[in-house]
Amino acid sequence: MSEITPDLVRHLANLARIDVTDQEVDLFTGQLGLIVDSMAAIKEAVAGDVPATSHPIPMANVYREDVVEPSLSQAEALSAAPDSADGRFRVHAILDEE
Amino acid sequence: MSELIYKNASELAQLLSKGEISSVELTQAHLDRTAQVDGAVHSYLHVGPEAALAAAADVDRRRASGEKLHELAGLPIAVKDNLTTTDAPTTSGSKILEGWIPQYDSTVVKKLRAAGMPILGKTNLDEFAMGSSTEFSAYGPSKNPWDLERIPGGSGGGSSSVVASFQAPLAIGSDTGGSIRYPAFVTGTVGTKPTYGAVSRYGLIALASSLDQVGPVSRNVLDAALLQDVIAGHDPHDSTSLPESLGSMTEAAKKLDVKGMRIGVIKQLSGDGFQPEVSARFNESLELLKNAGAEIVEVSCPSFEYAIAAYYLILPAEASSNLAKFDSVRFGLRVTPDGAPTIERVMAATREAGFGPEVKRRIILGTYALSSGYYDAYYGAAQKVRTLIQRDFDAAFAKADVLVSPTAPATAFKFGEKLEDPLAMYLNDIATIPANLAGIPGMAIPNGMAENKMPSGIQLLAPAREDARLYQVGAALEKMHEDVWGKRMIDFAPALEVKN
Repeated sequence: MSEITPDLVRHLANLARIDVTDQEVDLFTGQLGLIVDSMAAIKEAVAGDVPATSHPIPMANVYREDVVEPSLSQAEALSAAPDSADGRFRVHAILDEE
Repeated sequence: MSELIYKNASELAQLLSKGEISSVELTQAHLDRTAQVDGAVHSYLHVGPEAALAAAADVDRRRASGEKLHELAGLPIAVKDNLTTTDAPTTSGSKILEGWIPQYDSTVVKKLRAAGMPILGKTNLDEFAMGSSTEFSAYGPSKNPWDLERIPGGSGGGSSSVVASFQAPLAIGSDTGGSIRYPAFVTGTVGTKPTYGAVSRYGLIALASSLDQVGPVSRNVLDAALLQDVIAGHDPHDSTSLPESLGSMTEAAKKLDVKGMRIGVIKQLSGDGFQPEVSARFNESLELLKNAGAEIVEVSCPSFEYAIAAYYLILPAEASSNLAKFDSVRFGLRVTPDGAPTIERVMAATREAGFGPEVKRRIILGTYALSSGYYDAYYGAAQKVRTLIQRDFDAAFAKADVLVSPTAPATAFKFGEKLEDPLAMYLNDIATIPANLAGIPGMAIPNGMAENKMPSGIQLLAPAREDARLYQVGAALEKMHEDVWGKRMIDFAPALEVKN
């Protein structure tokens, strides 16, 4: 039996900041349950002492010279924003009024 | 209509450099073709005739003035719509980016412009490159030029169909789990995923950063080599970019020699689960390689059994993080719910309206894989599988110079067949995913047809940084095929109905 429940899907969607309809919750609960069940075998694949790989070609400490290069102007950086004011990105209230 | 569009890119480049044709003439011929067939094929999300013709005219003018130009100068190209372009909208196939004109060019696009290659337009893809069919594009699917009722592969079905329908001699794709190679397989074309880091990812809208790689899409191996040589190279803007050059792919593609090369057949990627005719064509190619002096050996990669599971944990985990940037603040869609909503309510409403079902599914799955209590069991285990798969490849490459398999289990499916079944859709990538997990290069080339007259294909894999081996073996095998068939694979494709 899958550990994916409708409540868990709602919770995950909320963490990911995606509103979901009841219909989507039903659909994703079923589909994600099947997907997660199909992945259960992966736990036994790595029972031994195996190091993790996060990156295919190992590289570390990649630096470049600290030279000032041309970058976007403030106007360019704001040009695609849904809303802006006074040279800033304008957004809705960050905190509830309560 | 101009016969030019049917020629290989390498021939067109020669005609251009000799001054026998102009870039404007060649670019216009491809734009005309698009006007005639793209209503049916739908390779493009955006066509940019003005920008393309202006770039072409500029090259023609510079050539006339005696300027020394790049080998491919004047050759037009199509670019997948997940690479940023300052002169064309970039949507990544998503409604959340509809109408966005980026503020900077991706490095790959910069290199194309520097080489004098006019950009014809931006090609269709599954939303944020999540899919195998283009059915998840928010702007409708592209069609397979071999049979318009079938999928052109995904996510890069726009780039595969654009070259297969002769709307462009070359295209750029991106490959996270097979998005260049699977579309090449189903459309009888060529596609390479270079070694991770060989081509800059700067300006590629990230899907899964440790897996994504940009690469060439073409109708033959030499053309792909020419294009990889244009786009490869170190980029200080991408911290995962390889510092060293991998050499000339073009030279490798001209060797046409496989004598003494050890070709490894991956036991786990053959037989059961592969369509009998796909396997039959694969075995015929092994025979050709053997007759040409290659040594065929069998290799075993037991951890490939877990590759799909590992991939569909790592990819959603990275994607859920990468796609957090689509937050309605700096660019893209903003949907404001009624009342006096907070920014978080605006974000959630925007992402509900702007993302399609597969993107939501994968973000939610990735959020799950990364959440506390599940992290070790899933994401952690997947990263360990990645190590096991690298070890399998290390052992295999100790016995073989190049590995081969069918590129995918079965020829192109029909629209709608797998849309409601994500697991069935994911299985298309079974042979292509291991290369992304290990960061090694892979190439898909045409390999004859199945009984239903749809293309089949063969995949070549080489160790990291040894992309040249793919081009050497790929071009040699392609030549053997053409000698047997008497023509190019793409010449078997039925003619498209042309709208005048």
